[in-house]
Amino acid sequence: MFYREAGDFKTSYTDDNQTFPIKFDRYRYYVVLAVAFGIIPFLINDYWANAFLLPFLIYSIAAIGLNILTGYCGQVSLGTGGFMAVGAYACYKLMTVFPDVNIFFHVIAAGGITAIVCTAFGLPSLRIKGFYLAVATLAAQFFLVWLFNKVSWFYNYSASGQINAPERTVFGVPVTGANTEAWATYLFCLVFLAISAIIARNLTRGMQGRKWMAIRDMDIAAEIIGVNPMRAKLSAFAVSGFFIGISGALFFAVYLGAAEAGDSFGIQKSFLVLFMIIIGGLGSIFGSFAGAAFLVLLPVALKLVGVDFLGWPTDIVAHIQLIIVGALIIIFLIAEPHGIAQLWRVAKEKLRLWPFPH
Amino acid sequence: MPEQIVFAMEVFLNGLMAGVLYALVALGFVLIFKASGIFNYAQGVMALFSAMTLVGIMKGQVPFAHVINVIFGTDVHYFGWTVPALLAIILTVVVMVLFAWAVQKYIFRHLVGQEPIILFMATIGLAYFLEGVGDLMWNSEIKKLDVGLPQGINEAIDNYTFNIFDYGFFIDNLDIVATLIAALLVGGLVIFSQYSKEGRAMRAVADDHQAALSVGVSLNFIWIMVWSVAGFVALVAGIMWGTKSGVQFSLSLIALKALPVLMLGGFTSIPGAIVGGLIIGVGEKLFEFAIGPMVGGATENWFAYVLALIFLVFRPQGLFGEKIIERV
Amino acid sequence: MKIKLTTMALTALMAAGPAMADLVFPSLSYRTGPFAAGGIPFADGYADYFTLLNERDGGIGGVPAKLIECETAYNTEKGVECYESTKDEGALIYQPLSTGITYQLIPKATADGIPIHSMGYGRTSAKNGKVFSHVFNYPVNYWDGASVGINHFKKQAGGSLEGKKITLLHFNGAYGKEPIPTLEALSAKEGFSLNTIAIDYPGQEQKSQWLQIRRERPDYVLFWGWGVMNQVAVQEASNIRFPMENFMGIWWSGAELDVLPAGDGANGYKALQFHNVGSDFPIFDDIKQYVTDAGKAAGAGDQIGTVLYNRGVYAAFLAAEAAKAAQAANGTKEITAAMMRDSMEALTIDEAKMAAAGLPGFGPEFQVSCENHGGGGMAAVAQWDAAAKTWSLISDFEASDSGIIEPLIMADSKAFADENGIAERCN
Repeated sequence: MFYREAGDFKTSYTDDNQTFPIKFDRYRYYVVLAVAFGIIPFLINDYWANAFLLPFLIYSIAAIGLNILTGYCGQVSLGTGGFMAVGAYACYKLMTVFPDVNIFFHVIAAGGITAIVCTAFGLPSLRIKGFYLAVATLAAQFFLVWLFNKVSWFYNYSASGQINAPERTVFGVPVTGANTEAWATYLFCLVFLAISAIIARNLTRGMQGRKWMAIRDMDIAAEIIGVNPMRAKLSAFAVSGFFIGISGALFFAVYLGAAEAGDSFGIQKSFLVLFMIIIGGLGSIFGSFAGAAFLVLLPVALKLVGVDFLGWPTDIVAHIQLIIVGALIIIFLIAEPHGIAQLWRVAKEKLRLWPFPH
Repeated sequence: MPEQIVFAMEVFLNGLMAGVLYALVALGFVLIFKASGIFNYAQGVMALFSAMTLVGIMKGQVPFAHVINVIFGTDVHYFGWTVPALLAIILTVVVMVLFAWAVQKYIFRHLVGQEPIILFMATIGLAYFLEGVGDLMWNSEIKKLDVGLPQGINEAIDNYTFNIFDYGFFIDNLDIVATLIAALLVGGLVIFSQYSKEGRAMRAVADDHQAALSVGVSLNFIWIMVWSVAGFVALVAGIMWGTKSGVQFSLSLIALKALPVLMLGGFTSIPGAIVGGLIIGVGEKLFEFAIGPMVGGATENWFAYVLALIFLVFRPQGLFGEKIIERV
Repeated sequence: MKIKLTTMALTALMAAGPAMADLVFPSLSYRTGPFAAGGIPFADGYADYFTLLNERDGGIGGVPAKLIECETAYNTEKGVECYESTKDEGALIYQPLSTGITYQLIPKATADGIPIHSMGYGRTSAKNGKVFSHVFNYPVNYWDGASVGINHFKKQAGGSLEGKKITLLHFNGAYGKEPIPTLEALSAKEGFSLNTIAIDYPGQEQKSQWLQIRRERPDYVLFWGWGVMNQVAVQEASNIRFPMENFMGIWWSGAELDVLPAGDGANGYKALQFHNVGSDFPIFDDIKQYVTDAGKAAGAGDQIGTVLYNRGVYAAFLAAEAAKAAQAANGTKEITAAMMRDSMEALTIDEAKMAAAGLPGFGPEFQVSCENHGGGGMAAVAQWDAAAKTWSLISDFEASDSGIIEPLIMADSKAFADENGIAERCN
């Protein structure tokens, strides 16, 4: 009875077209933003930032990116790890070559560079479809990792091939390097996530999003009604690359601090982000958040329960963790193949009628 | 004959052999994809699990020993007996059939009709699950696998080519055995699918599930059968690779080597897996030999994918794959 | 979701409050994942030594040692998570056991004031204590190892490597590329030609690499591998009939599990070591008595005396000695991480200390100072006997060619210092 459109009249086109037309949704959105920006920074500590919040924020951005590509435009991509590596290494080179420019701009520029690279690797999608495309994007994954390993220019000729993020500040507060405070890194990533989510939501709500969804549903029919498949597919790769690049840059500079291409951006990363969007729900921005939260929190929770509460040996816990993660994924897919976003949608539908049953 | 050409010939032959080993892994993928449209990412982990089970049975390991010891405070590790290789292989095949039955009953029965990507994710979940179970059952140490296959340089070929080219070719005995076994396996699979009732039923299911159902083919039985055969193929692949390096976690990564083979040969064709494997094997080894030193080496990983990608651009469904017909 | 989290965070914070009375030694181990086979014996050795000290001596200086084990699966992110979750428990020292995790933790641990001991791995230039205040890699690093290996081959070749061909077969990553600058400098000095061949992770398939070695016929091969790469390399080397006494691996490629799968073909394979091998030391009798027979062993008890188990024991021994010295220097039993760091910087290990601990001749004698966090850089060469199935040292602990290595260390650490704005200390 509080989740209704009845009595909610829109008097301008702007109001009519807004993202959250129902008042309850809008207020819920404002409350989430208020808590995220206003309350959590005061409560956060190092462990929770590093174990859960930072990975959640960063992977959410990556999941949004991949969701645009795979969920909205239907191009399955397994190259996410490689593209995150592009973002990370681009950010590193920019940080070391232009040490005076603020890191905020470096991250955005890294996103831009990744967009270009991603578009280049998206060219095969014009000819190849379905699973063949997925396996083709693995070529991007392995090639990029090899490239960053082999060409010493990318890691400034260091003897070990690892890249280290030097300390950088935003408004005088360090956000990269070792002397950061939890709340500073958290807020920095949160700002990027908020902006990315707003951009993504509006892109997918508008004409571009409809073009992508048309390509996903039936690309030949879409071409017939005038959607240019090359522009649509390549733009999906570009936008997706932008977000994944930002996520990669933040992952390296803010969260890890040091990275090596093969170790941190391997194929496991690609699968992880793909899991997130499938469990979260393909074609849904909320689904990206939900999937990222689920897959970041799950191993931490399992470890806490297994090792700290039950006191079992660490290797048995790690194996059981694998078993539970695998089983949960399968159960989830059987129970709700359209992901957490579908559960959310169904819940909202029920809520609109509540307390009436139908 | 100039030296480089002789070297190239050696690399070419070794590439063919390596390709056969990749094709062995790819065969499992093809079987399952053909019959049920599922891209089984867990094939690599199945190879690992079956190899671990084989070694565990051969050595008389107690399954879940570590967990039992932690819960009950005992200290058991081995039963004390050893099982000869052939009997152990048969027992492992039984285990893989049970596994196929369980997978079909608890997972894929509930996912009939879902989109391919959902099925793919389910197999990834299965891969994690099987890996965890395998590690819990048989522990993560490296186990030497010895079913009596010969290893080492083949003297006859070495001497023969030395007499001709003044340079003895290196062909591993294990590779020769693998090629023979792969040939037998493929031959057996082809005969099975063409001339036996169950094989024909499998091809019918691969063609059209509904039509097969309507002529009385039991989908469930066929799917269990296909997963069992894929499990057996995984066991063979696991034995070949495990003999080289010992049975350990990395065995599951051979699936990544098989993916370009699938791309090239087509997901639905058994001869395509073999031909694709040979092309990838030769292609990546020759590239590494000729161009590798110029770009710093270690190009094999990604070049296989790039090679497959180039082929795909010209034939988007792979060399032998079914043409994708889209209706608007 | 987020609100629930913060309340959980608050309760966790309040619950984890009280100060520890024990000496905390976190163990970032990997008992699962691709390198489990190598990680398990090391973690067992590390744990067993502290259990022995607790059971036999009542701890270090009477204070029990508490080992917190955290599973990293050799994964960098899990390693960081393990660090974050254990650092507030009063952790005294971190041994990340992985070059990737070490690189991550160097800036973090330095900022948090906890020393890192990356024994024979990690960032080689951390030897320069002027730049890396909280990172120690005694007794030896990869560059020392490369130099000692070359010296051994030089002796084997009769005193000169002029005109010889040496190939470095390495893992295509940070760890494998570490020795390349040193080897290039040494090749200029000694007159051999160096070729590097990379193996991509996981290294399950090395046909191309070994065909290349068979074609090029190098005189000596140095090997920097880890995980399944090791077993496959040894197997392939024996397949192509490469003379095993000319094939030497670094200390992470020289364990029993690396050579057993190849059977008799691995006979004669050499490896660099920085500690002794085998179970012929009084400490193992004590471990058997107080730990294994008492049922408190970390593993199955069958790894005692193996190379990686011994390495774990050695790492624990060095940590315990530093803790003991910290207690003596500060006059208190409850030491902090800062005291531990200072003690590590003043550590001296000599034969007397090793023998007193039950490890006579177990490792080289060395001294740590403010400028030198890497000790003496001495390593020995071990050889595998396939019939007896044992490793044994075939040389003493010998020094490396510091004239070549020092300038490289200075250059690399200076680059790190410049990049991160670190001012030199110890002046």
